[in-house]
Amino acid sequence: MRPFDYQAPADAGTAVAAVAARPDAAFLGGGTNLVDHLRLGVTEPGLLVDVTGLLPNGISDDGGGLRIGAGVANADLAADPRVRRHYPVLARALLSGASGQLRNMATTGGNPLQRTRCLYFQDVTTPCNKRSPGSGCAAIGGATRQHAILGASEHCIATHPSDMAVALSALDAQVEVLGPDGERTLAFGELHRLPGDAPERDTVLEHGELITAIVLPPLPVAARSDYRKVRDRASYAFALVSVAAALEITDATITDARIAFGGVAHTPWRAHRAEQALRGATPSDETFHAAAQAELADARPQDGVDGGNAFKIPLLTRTLAGTLRDLARQEA
Amino acid sequence: MDHELTLRVDGAEHRLSVDPRTSLLDALRQRLGNTSPKKGCDHGQCGSCTVLVDGVRVLACLTLAVTRDGSEVVTADGLSAGPPGSGGDHPLHRAFIDEDAFQCGYCTPGQVCSAAGMLDEFARGRPSVVTGDLGADPELDDAEIAERMSGNLCRCGAYPGIRAAVARVGREREGTR
Repeated sequence: MRPFDYQAPADAGTAVAAVAARPDAAFLGGGTNLVDHLRLGVTEPGLLVDVTGLLPNGISDDGGGLRIGAGVANADLAADPRVRRHYPVLARALLSGASGQLRNMATTGGNPLQRTRCLYFQDVTTPCNKRSPGSGCAAIGGATRQHAILGASEHCIATHPSDMAVALSALDAQVEVLGPDGERTLAFGELHRLPGDAPERDTVLEHGELITAIVLPPLPVAARSDYRKVRDRASYAFALVSVAAALEITDATITDARIAFGGVAHTPWRAHRAEQALRGATPSDETFHAAAQAELADARPQDGVDGGNAFKIPLLTRTLAGTLRDLARQEA
Repeated sequence: MDHELTLRVDGAEHRLSVDPRTSLLDALRQRLGNTSPKKGCDHGQCGSCTVLVDGVRVLACLTLAVTRDGSEVVTADGLSAGPPGSGGDHPLHRAFIDEDAFQCGYCTPGQVCSAAGMLDEFARGRPSVVTGDLGADPELDDAEIAERMSGNLCRCGAYPGIRAAVARVGREREGTR
């Protein structure tokens, strides 16, 4: 492992200035992904700036919604009674991710910034445009079971690994960021970017920008919401596909729907077309399948030495339909 | 550049100087001679390095020691019925033996620490993904124990014994509440 310097400043402004001043500096949060990358040689920073002691770590009421400090541990967020009651999709997504130990370590700000678990990205002996721009993509034509079917490019077919981020996408969360030029607020849906010809950039954040809080808007539709994750074992594995969904039904008609997919794209995938197909429709299996088909019309499965990932289209269709069927049966 | 830090480990205070690259696991094992937490995968995938830091179960392999200056660390070695390091068995130690919850024993210190942290989380009413009603306090059934312990792998496959040991200590605690 390459040697690095370590600083633990007392406030966010100092931390941002420290990272912004050095191109090879990085923020250190819970470390659950970054420390592994140091060991694997995936990233080789010259300076780590520890932000765990300085980030806000409380959850406060915010105009009917919730403001979550970036330092709040994933386990603490999932256990919060307000999250469990008003945003069950977020609690369930958090609890679907990683293990009890990792959820105690991982933070609200760090979770959405974790990097793909693409085997080739993590294996420094193989080409990877995300790790080493311009070197090629070993995943294309390789083992693609975990890879994208939506929004991929000829340069990168990696998927975003976070469960939490899929729920935040469906919930129209806001992201508060502190950077060298001051504060700004992003819609959560604008945070992550598709790979295009620059897969080394997972998000639109500039070097030195630090997530300080995530804000959940008041969202009555989220009271009837859930997260369903399909993976190769019952627990402690990344998603093959996942669905975050919220449904509002009035007089046997779907009056509002929020849908996002995980495990299928370089970003958490907000399924606007599926939402559009649901709004105004009668809840039924036909409606739910039609919504999946509307979103997946442009899906492009990958071939692969492991049989590829075309299975994700029917799997995601059924996962969405099953999630919506169960939500439609719930008491509002 | 090395950094000075203080760690309280199993009840005893230590001052040490570490390279920022040193994991908490390596600091415990190689600097302080505490070989209770084990290095299984060193990538956060197996749980055999699980320790309690300030009362919370974490992975020592993915924790840089320098980030935990001033923390209280408890390993399976220091876990006891009384204060950390005071000696004597913790009920989980006894239950793991009585329920035949290990074969080779390599994952066991991590399992025991994870179970201790998990039972505290459960006692505080924290849900898991298999909790049916997120609004209610969960019940510690077999599915809940399996899910909550899923971060600890056992290649000998002693899972039935591990679940039984954890269930037993969980039941004993509920009886005393």
